[in-house]
Amino acid sequence: MSKFKATQRVTASFAATAAALIGFQAQADDHAIDLTGKTVEWVIPFSETGGSAKWANFYAPLLSEALPGQPTVVVKFMPGAGSTKGANYFQGQEYKDGTLIFGSSGSTQFPYLLGDPRVKYEYSDWNVVLASGTGGVAYLTPELAASMDGMDATPLQGTDFIYGSQGATRLDLVPLLAWEMLGLNVEPVFGIKGRGDGRLMFERGEANIDYQTSSSYLKGVTPLVEAGTAVPMMSWGALDDDGNIVRDPTFPDMPTFKEICEATPSCETSGDQWEAWKSFFIAGFPAQKMVFLPAGAPEAAIATYSEAFEKVKARADFAEISANNLGKYPQMTGAKAKGALKSGTDVPQSAKDFVVNWLQERYGVSIK
Amino acid sequence: MDVFLSALPALGDAWGLILQPVVLGYLVLGVIMGLCIGVFPGLGGIAGLSLLLPFMFGMDPILGLALMVGMVAVVPTSDTFASVLMGIPGSSASQATVLDGFPMAKRGQAARALSAAFASSLFGGLVGATFLTVFILIARPIVLEFRTPELLMITIFGLSMVGILAGRVAIKGLVAAGLGMLIGTIGEGASSGDLRMSTYDLPYLADGLKLVIVGLGIFAIPEIISLLRQDRAISAEPQIGGGWIEGIKDWYANIWLSVRCSIIGVIVGVIPGLGGSVVDWIAYGHAVQTTKDKSNFGKGEVRGIIGPESSNNAKEGGGLVPTLLFGIPGSGSMAIFIGAIALLGSGQIEVGPAMLKNNLDITYSIVWLLALANVVGTIICIFISGGIAKLTTIRFALLAPFLFMIISFAAFQSGQNLMDLVALLAIGLLGILMRRFDWSRPAFLIGFVLSNPAETYANQALQIASSRFRKSFGEGIDYLFSPIVIVLIIITVVSVVLGLRQAKNIMAEGDVKSGSKRAPFIFLIAITGYIAFAYFNAWMIPEYSRDRVFPMFVGGVCLIGCIALIIRMMMKPETDTIFADREMDGDDATATHGLWPTLAWFAGLLILTSLFGFIIALAVFLFSFLKIRAGMSTLYCAAYTACGLAFMCAMAWLLNRDFPPGLLQGYFDLPWPFT
Repeated sequence: MSKFKATQRVTASFAATAAALIGFQAQADDHAIDLTGKTVEWVIPFSETGGSAKWANFYAPLLSEALPGQPTVVVKFMPGAGSTKGANYFQGQEYKDGTLIFGSSGSTQFPYLLGDPRVKYEYSDWNVVLASGTGGVAYLTPELAASMDGMDATPLQGTDFIYGSQGATRLDLVPLLAWEMLGLNVEPVFGIKGRGDGRLMFERGEANIDYQTSSSYLKGVTPLVEAGTAVPMMSWGALDDDGNIVRDPTFPDMPTFKEICEATPSCETSGDQWEAWKSFFIAGFPAQKMVFLPAGAPEAAIATYSEAFEKVKARADFAEISANNLGKYPQMTGAKAKGALKSGTDVPQSAKDFVVNWLQERYGVSIK
Repeated sequence: MDVFLSALPALGDAWGLILQPVVLGYLVLGVIMGLCIGVFPGLGGIAGLSLLLPFMFGMDPILGLALMVGMVAVVPTSDTFASVLMGIPGSSASQATVLDGFPMAKRGQAARALSAAFASSLFGGLVGATFLTVFILIARPIVLEFRTPELLMITIFGLSMVGILAGRVAIKGLVAAGLGMLIGTIGEGASSGDLRMSTYDLPYLADGLKLVIVGLGIFAIPEIISLLRQDRAISAEPQIGGGWIEGIKDWYANIWLSVRCSIIGVIVGVIPGLGGSVVDWIAYGHAVQTTKDKSNFGKGEVRGIIGPESSNNAKEGGGLVPTLLFGIPGSGSMAIFIGAIALLGSGQIEVGPAMLKNNLDITYSIVWLLALANVVGTIICIFISGGIAKLTTIRFALLAPFLFMIISFAAFQSGQNLMDLVALLAIGLLGILMRRFDWSRPAFLIGFVLSNPAETYANQALQIASSRFRKSFGEGIDYLFSPIVIVLIIITVVSVVLGLRQAKNIMAEGDVKSGSKRAPFIFLIAITGYIAFAYFNAWMIPEYSRDRVFPMFVGGVCLIGCIALIIRMMMKPETDTIFADREMDGDDATATHGLWPTLAWFAGLLILTSLFGFIIALAVFLFSFLKIRAGMSTLYCAAYTACGLAFMCAMAWLLNRDFPPGLLQGYFDLPWPFT
């Protein structure tokens, strides 16, 4: 891997300023690794243009500043096979000197959970140092939203819904399953390139139901809500410390899917279907993006990176800059990140079987 | 009217922001970086913006924008160098420029072609910005009128350009376009993820082939190989004729064509989802249709350069509308642009529906920075074009190893996989044979580029329409046949009828003599075999999947075409145009070197790379090619090789890229750049 990077100069000056400002903190404790003069390569298994790129580009300069020795942090894009190519590559790497990290996303987790034959990676081999959560909001056209009976979605059950989807095996699995549980007849139109295209389809009046992740909802849909052309239906919710689904702190006034489901007689918040939805929701949203060190990383390296991310979170301006780039969601480190990884990848076999079977029967998608 | 009155102060504020020395300085810096990167095929705005991203965090928004916009704006301008001088389509924006630009260079008029192209680019950029200043205020409802059926119709209109580029035997052009579309469907289907012509055992194919690879393979490799065989310079004339002033005069003489194509560019650019892939073909088609004497197209007609070049810079401006107003990127570079804007300052600029309300001054700054960047970029380009055009007088055997090095590196950037090079060689071979037997390569490329949108929009429009039909028949018809769709259908039909009538006069790739029957027949059978196999392969996909429909439809149409061609070949004598074969007469027939030994050099580079990695292979290749093929002195070869390697490493280092590794790297851990 290349050791000479363009960004070196930038980050070097960045780091120099930072060091001058806050004073050089000695990190010579024996529980830390020193990365002075090194280049940390952050592998993102997607292209330069996606949400994970945005997330990594946001964190990279901050991480560089916070790591002992202020190494250069470069984001390396390795797209292919819906992120399994990059993840398989990372699986084949061994820990050397702490200069290789990996950023996974919900799209990396789902094929793993569904038993995609291309998956050669194993999450439990890796060492998580950061987990970033997000949420999602489903919304409707004003006429359809008005026909709902309070939180009861039963009146919508006779409507033909059109939804612009990226594919039933992606994160779209969560909204599609949720709508099906509410008894809505949603026909996904596949083949769109990103959730932004789905919103455009909604704006053009071709789709009448849609969902966006929280930050996209705030940027793209809130103006439509203000203009009266879209009405939020529900958020997916957030997890509290005990693993219960509660209202999303970003949208405290919006009911969660759980509330809507409870208010709709045909929807059950127990049983296989609910457990499957909840498992995949947890895998896809509250633990959507994670940073890993490769297999065999020593405690010192894990601690160093965890502390560096802690330090990033402790920045005075972090709340402001992260709200704009990531939304107001927990950025978890240490034990919390481990907890998020566990709940995101430790899905009961019954839930996996349910979803694999449902994909086959409902959409004819077989996981080969 | 109120909207426009309230916009005036914002426009004033925007100019206040732009016209600061430091902002202009950053703009020029961005422009120079953009020019340097755009010159290399395959390294467009995405590579450039990724390079800038680390600088963006917390930067003053207007300075960051100046830098980024400066870079993005000039990529389609500097692309022109590779298109005109070497026949390499640098990006989708300059595919059509190759058709007439490269023949002009071969005639020794490279400087004239370049300056006509740059003048058109500049003008297109300015027209685009002026149009946008007004249009952006009213764009939102208009853009929303373009639903899926409208997008599908525009794609079909783009495909109809195959009609005028089909060549002398129209069915051959049609089959070439269909073959391009079938190659475009390789990989996972967008609808159900079913595989077409690929398996998960070969993950490379499952992701589909990238435009860079296909563009380089189908256009650049055949031209490079052909020139190399003749062992002369690109320009047939020893002296560079036609200076840059003549090119500007050419542009001025065709100013109305330039205006019309600029408007086409900005309008098609505005529509989200199509981006640049169709613009230059539509503009080229328009240029052909509005020219009285069509006999020079494909042989170096300057109007064939002015049309596409006017449209592709205007398109960049138009592409800002979906990017800024809807937050939906029209292209890969625009996606990074959106991401980078969020990093600027404290992130107060929010691209999306609120942009016009909250940041109209910033919106206008971006529009006019783009125009200004075009001016700066063009002036620089015209200034240097005379010097760079001299490259066309250098003996080609000295230029070719350098070009092989560049296109291999460019191809590798698309998938960062050794398979990129294998695919490049395979497509290159197809390109060589298509060129030899006079199958329309532009038609193939149009088919490839538009395959994906055609399939996706067709599936989506049908699906949504059937849902509407279930509600009522009227609603379905209203959805499918909106006024815009009807107008587009009429334009398409007219253009196809006119195009087919004229196609016989337009030899996009020059006249080709006919000769023996055997070779063209074998090639046709091979193509028919592939199409039949692709059809069978799609047929194997389960019936409920939408992923089988499009390849089966295209494959079926092509098979009918192939059968018609086979029948015609059996009936006609060997002097018929259907048996066109470049090896029979002309430059290729009299070439100093054979086809296969020349291609073997390139294959050799590939094999060496797979064994020892790119850098070591390149060193061996450069040295031995110059020594053996070009017959240069050992000292010269060593110096050339060293310069080439140094250049390659510097590029990769700057852009933070790796080189293809070989078997050797699997056993030993070598330091960069040998990794």
